[in-house]
Amino acid sequence: MGLDFTVIPKYIDIILLGCLWTIAITVAAALLSFFGGIFFAVIALYAPAVIRLPFRLFEWIFMGTPLLLQLFLIYFGLVQIGVDLPAFVAGVIGLGLHFAVYNSELIQTAILSVDKGQMEAARTVGLSRGQALRKVIVPQAVRAVIPPIGNNMIALLKDSALVSVIGVSELTLSAQRAIGASYRPFEFYILAAAFYYVINLGMEWVQRKIERRIALSR
Amino acid sequence: MTDHSNFVQVRHAQKSFGTLEVLKDISLTVERGQIVAIIGPSGSGKSTLLRAINDLDPLTRGEVWLDGVQVNKSLPFRQYEKHINEMRQKIGMVFQHFNLFPHMTARENVTMAPKMLKGLSNQQADALANEQLDKVGMLERIDYYPSQLSGGQKQRVAIARALAMEPKLMLFDEATSALDPELVDEVNQVMKKLAEEHMTMIIVTHEMDFAASVCDRVLFMDQGVVVEEGPPEVVFKNPEKDRTRAFLRKHLEGAK
Ligand SMILES: Nc1ncnc2c1ncn2[C@@H]1O[C@H](COP(=O)(O)OP(=O)(O)O)[C@@H](O)[C@H]1O
Ligand SMILES: [Mg+2]
Repeated sequence: MGLDFTVIPKYIDIILLGCLWTIAITVAAALLSFFGGIFFAVIALYAPAVIRLPFRLFEWIFMGTPLLLQLFLIYFGLVQIGVDLPAFVAGVIGLGLHFAVYNSELIQTAILSVDKGQMEAARTVGLSRGQALRKVIVPQAVRAVIPPIGNNMIALLKDSALVSVIGVSELTLSAQRAIGASYRPFEFYILAAAFYYVINLGMEWVQRKIERRIALSR
Repeated sequence: MTDHSNFVQVRHAQKSFGTLEVLKDISLTVERGQIVAIIGPSGSGKSTLLRAINDLDPLTRGEVWLDGVQVNKSLPFRQYEKHINEMRQKIGMVFQHFNLFPHMTARENVTMAPKMLKGLSNQQADALANEQLDKVGMLERIDYYPSQLSGGQKQRVAIARALAMEPKLMLFDEATSALDPELVDEVNQVMKKLAEEHMTMIIVTHEMDFAASVCDRVLFMDQGVVVEEGPPEVVFKNPEKDRTRAFLRKHLEGAK
């Protein structure tokens, strides 16, 4: 049986819907990972030990274990302790926290490399340390790591395929469903790959926009 | 009923970094409206003294007073933080490397702290930015980012940022040392203007001519002590101490 791309239109609805879910979960998880990353970075650097040490453990769990396992834990495991999350929410939390930890690593390094004179200038006009971090240090640190955070977000997009295993009808699962009905794996996997590529391009476009916008303010 | 003497007082300031004693029992008085220049070789402790005044480098021993209030008084941590943040609002500081906030425009650099700490409305903040940036001749660049400004322009914005908190005292730590020679004058002009408005200032500088032209008193520091102090005519033209003379001679040669 050769290749036959003419089967695609029949199932295009499922695939497009899958695309939308992939975009939705990626955007939501990206936002969570961005703001979560900032929050985690500040905790890792400045929180008192009682908060920082448990946080380390949490960080280790997210960095040292497979994302797939984390998704299972959040979706199937938490039910046992009474936390029954919809698959989409579980997926966003899993992906978002996982990448928040990676973003946090970047932001921590960036915070530590902001010129010392910035904190001094902020304190000199009367800002507290917390105010200085919020208004002066963190915004500069985040600007400095927009490119590597962008790379993390591309990785997040690709890893979003993993949430298919907890039943979110995103692009990969949609492709599998179309294959199940049509017995055309090559055609639909290629199609899904093409859509991932397009979403990827869209994300790179957004990243370039952001970089251009902050170019002067660095 | 303001006491015009002893507006700023540093009493027996001693500062060590580890085993290195950088300030050795320095005392200094600046009256309201006075301008004091601090000169001396690199490493003599000028910056440390200036930074002790607003507690950026806390003294090991000694006291700093501003207008009847002790800046570095001993308080429990939280109370001290509150106290020092309030004191610092009254003490403007200008750094050699400007330390402007690069992610903020000139306007935002000037208004950020007043908005945050004094609760200015956007309208009030804009009026303040206009006023302060106009004073330093930077009004046309009000919405420029630091990356779009020359060194001299950056330093003028940094001065406007300090002035926006309406400080009682301004500290300048080699404000023109990092500038290309042709940009020094525009910053000096701004400082002269402040002098005419009777701003109390302590100026660490390597520019003897400028110091002589604006200041009421000169302190010559070397190795953590004040070697000599007096009116500029005396210290620059007729120094008493050999160390002062040697420093000035060397400096004059260096300038050629
Ligand atoms: N944070 C610091 N830690 C250790 N030593 C320092 C620190 N700041 C300054 N010093 C030392 O203190 C001395 C005086 O420095 P400084 O006050 O900057 O001198 P100046 O401004 O007159 O050039 C120098 O020997 C310098 O190396
Ligand atoms: Mg210095």
